[in-house]
Amino acid sequence: MDAIQQRDAAVEAASPVSSPARKSRFGARFVLGILLPVVLAAGWEFAVAKGYAQGRLMPPPSRIFKTLYDLAATGELWRHIFATLARVLAGFLLGTIAGTIVGAIAGASRITKEILDPSLQGLRSVPSIAWVPLFILWLGIFEESKIALIAVGCFFPVYLGVLGAIATVDRKTVEVGRMFRLSQFQLVRRILLPAILPAYILALRQGLGLGWMFVVAAEFMGASEGLGYLLVDGQQLGKPDQILASILTFAILGKITDGLLAAASTPFLTWQDAFAPKN
Amino acid sequence: MLSIEAVDKIYPNGTRALDRVRLDVQQGEIVAVVGGSGCGKSTLLRLAAGLDQATRGCITLDGETISAPHECVGLIFQEPRLLPWLTVADNVGFGLSHLPRAKREKIVGDVLARVGLADYAGRWPRELSGGQAQRVAIARALAPRPKVLLLDEPFSALDAFTRASLHEHVLDLWRALKPTLVLVTHDVEEAAYLADRVVVMRPRPGRISSVFDLDLKRPRDRYGADLEAAKRRILNALDQSLRERSAGDELVPAAAI
Ligand SMILES: Nc1ncnc2c1ncn2[C@@H]1O[C@H](COP(=O)(O)OP(=O)(O)OP(=O)(O)O)[C@@H](O)[C@H]1O
Ligand SMILES: [Mg+2]
Repeated sequence: MDAIQQRDAAVEAASPVSSPARKSRFGARFVLGILLPVVLAAGWEFAVAKGYAQGRLMPPPSRIFKTLYDLAATGELWRHIFATLARVLAGFLLGTIAGTIVGAIAGASRITKEILDPSLQGLRSVPSIAWVPLFILWLGIFEESKIALIAVGCFFPVYLGVLGAIATVDRKTVEVGRMFRLSQFQLVRRILLPAILPAYILALRQGLGLGWMFVVAAEFMGASEGLGYLLVDGQQLGKPDQILASILTFAILGKITDGLLAAASTPFLTWQDAFAPKN
Repeated sequence: MLSIEAVDKIYPNGTRALDRVRLDVQQGEIVAVVGGSGCGKSTLLRLAAGLDQATRGCITLDGETISAPHECVGLIFQEPRLLPWLTVADNVGFGLSHLPRAKREKIVGDVLARVGLADYAGRWPRELSGGQAQRVAIARALAPRPKVLLLDEPFSALDAFTRASLHEHVLDLWRALKPTLVLVTHDVEEAAYLADRVVVMRPRPGRISSVFDLDLKRPRDRYGADLEAAKRRILNALDQSLRERSAGDELVPAAAI
C-alpha cells in the first residue's frame, strides 16, 4: 500500500496553494466595489462646497457625518441604536425559536407537514405589515407589538428553511446512520442536524435581514426612540441629514449583525464543498 | 451462516427485483455475486443488511431473522456515502462511538493504514479523490469488525492498480479474521480471483441462474490457467443467463456486464 500512498502524496504536492493570490483578489474586489460610492460622495461634497449645488435636501457627506458625530457625542445615537438593536434581537430570537420548532415538527413526518404547512403557507401570504393593527389592539402600542411584528417577519424564512432542509436530507446519508444502528435521537443529532445546518444558517441570515426590515415598520408605528424614530423625526423636522445618518447606521448595523452571524457559523461549515462566505 | 430463504422483493412501484432467491453462505466463506445491471444485486445486499424488508421469504444470520441492521453485519455501499461534515478519521470511527476515545483512535488508525490512507485522517471528504473516498468507506465498514461484510461493487470506481492492492487487503483481512464476505461485482476476474463461490444472477425478475464452486487453492495466481478456465465458465454462464431470458425482453449484450 506504500506505493499508493506515495502516488497520492505526489498528486497532493502538484496541486498549488493559492491563498495569498486569493487575498489580493479580495482586496481588488473591495476597492472596485467601494469606488462608485466614494467617487459620487466626493463629487457631491465638491459640488456643494463650490456652490454648484445647494445640498439642502441632499446634504453633502461631511454634514451627514457631522450629524452622526453630534448624535454620538450627546449619547443619543447609542440610545437609539440600543433600542432598535434590542427590538431586532428580541424579535429575531422569538421568531427563530418559533420557526425552528414549528419547522422541525412539520418536517418530522408527512402527516404533521400536511396538517401544519397549508395553514402556515396561508398565513405567509398575508403581508406581515397587515398584522400591525391587530398586534396593536392585542399587545398595545409599546414594545410587545413591535417585537411581535419583527418575530413574524423572522418566523417564515426560518420555518421554510428548516422544513426545506429536512425535506432534502439525502436518504442515502440516513441509511449510513441506520447501518450503524443509531437510535432515533442519535440519527437526529449525528446525521440530520449536521445535514441541515448550512441551509438553517442561511435561513437565519434571511430571517435577520427581514428582522431589520420589519423593525423600521415597527418603529414607524409610533416610537419614542430607535433608529426608525430618528427617521420619522428627521422627516417631520425637515432634517435630511438626520434621515441619512439614520439610514447609514441601519446599513452598518445590518451588515455587522449579518457578518457576526456568518462568522459565528463559519467554524461549523468548514467542511462544506461550496462554502464561500458571502461577505 | 447467512441464509437467504426463497426471498422475493417487489418494490412499491411493481418492479420484481428478486424472485425466489435462495442462497446459503457459510461462516467465513467468500461469495461473489455477478450479473448484469439491474438484476437485483444491490437489492439482495440491502435485504441482507436489514435496510429493506423482503416481500416474501426471510433472511437469517445464525438462525436469527434479519429485519433491521444487525451489529454483526456491515455494508459497503455502491457509492462512498461519506458524511461530508466529518473528517476522514471521524467518518471511519462513526460506528465506534460507544468505544473510549483512545481505543477508537487506535482502531481508526489501523484500518486507515490498511487502506493506505494513514496520512489522510484529518482531511475532509471533499478533499479526497473518488477512489480515496471509496477506500475510506471500506475502512469505515471494516472498523467495527463485522462478522459478515456485504460489499456492493466496492472496487468499481478504482483503477486497476489500487483495485488489485485492495484485493490483497481484503484477502489479508479475511485470512486474519475470517469474516463472511458477500461481494457484488461486475468484474468476473475479480469474482474468480477472490471468491469461494460465484453466484450468477439474471434480471427481470432477478433470479439466481447458476452457482459455481471454485475450489482453487489460495493464494491464487491472477493469470493462472485454472483461474482463466473458471473465468470462462462464469462468462459463459452469464452469457447464457442473458440469452435464456423470456421473450419480449430487450436484449442486453453480454459485453455490458
Ligand atoms: N427503490 C426502488 N424502487 C423501485 N425499483 C427499484 C428500487 N431500487 C431498485 N429498483 C429496481 O430493482 C431492480 C434491481 O435493482 P438493483 O439496484 O438491485 O440492481 P443491481 O443489480 O444492483 O444493478 P447495478 O449493477 O446497476 O447496480 C432494477 O430494475 C431497479 O430498477
Ligand atoms: Mg447495484
